[in-house]
Amino acid sequence: MDLRELSIKLADHEVEGVGFESFLIDSDEQEVLQVVVEGNDELPVFVTRTDEQILCISFLFNKTEVKDGAAAEVNEKMLELNVPVPLSAFSIIADKYAIFGALSVDSSFDDIAHELVTLSDNAIDALEAFEPFLQ
Amino acid sequence: MGILSKLFTAVRGGAREAGEAVVDMNAIRIFEQEIVDARNALDKAKRSLTEVMANEMQTKRKISALNESIAEHEGYAAQALEKGNEPLALEIAEKIAEFENEKEEQEAILGNFTASVAQLKSQIKEAEKTIKENQRQLSIVKTTDSVQKATMAVNTTLSNNSSSMSSAKASLERIKKRQQDQADQLKAAQELHDESSGVNLKSKMEEAGIGGSKSSGSDVLARLKSKQ
Repeated sequence: MDLRELSIKLADHEVEGVGFESFLIDSDEQEVLQVVVEGNDELPVFVTRTDEQILCISFLFNKTEVKDGAAAEVNEKMLELNVPVPLSAFSIIADKYAIFGALSVDSSFDDIAHELVTLSDNAIDALEAFEPFLQ
Repeated sequence: MGILSKLFTAVRGGAREAGEAVVDMNAIRIFEQEIVDARNALDKAKRSLTEVMANEMQTKRKISALNESIAEHEGYAAQALEKGNEPLALEIAEKIAEFENEKEEQEAILGNFTASVAQLKSQIKEAEKTIKENQRQLSIVKTTDSVQKATMAVNTTLSNNSSSMSSAKASLERIKKRQQDQADQLKAAQELHDESSGVNLKSKMEEAGIGGSKSSGSDVLARLKSKQ
């Protein structure tokens, strides 16, 4: 699904009881759609496409926000949580920790919407879980 | 070295300037062209395969036709011998020999075709494997590139929007506060609803023992006793 089309559909759909706000980020090289799932303005989901995948990424915190000496524990905890957390996985992208989900480019709107809602919930849960390790 | 190890090296290879690509776009283009070329070669091989297989089938048909002719003429020769016509039998036998020679030739040709089919099939399988593997690697490289570019675009937006730049802890505080606000609102709304529907007053009156029509076991027992 094209990101513009996704943005339009998100605007007039409510999925699992929540609405969405989204806008395309101007970029010549890579189209990115910023999506705010209702009630979670703080952790927007960034959606982008490759040839094979739709990637939904939410940035959790900067590497520099991790307490001194706690990085190893944070990394280990994330690896441990990677499988149990539904649909989403943890990653480091550049200097930020992130939680993300990858979908097939052939996914339906409902699949993508469900992914966005789940990812947004997971992001809050993850931030809460890792709060003790943050400055 | 696998593509993932190469990426590790690229990412680890010192501090990258913002905007400096991890992935060499030129290398990607060359790689993509290689895949296209391999695909074309594969298509060609598949076309040759169908041709060779058609030839193989034709040759098989020729051989079975020859087998039939041989059997047929052996019957004729036997009949000629039965009738004591030796010269005719010899003539027929010469014809059989001709058929057998041709059959031998055709079998040699068939052997070549069968070998070509096997070779082409294994080439095609190999090419398909290579293309699939190259595409998988290309996908990893391109995804890395896309994520990097997307991150750059996101960073630009985030730094233009200072509220999103606040620390994760502060974000979490705000999220929790909003969740609490929502819970409070729900509770308030419920209370308001209870109030307006009189549930609250009723329960207060009940608590105070006013207007309560609920009878308890002891009330009933007292009533029964008083009737005795």
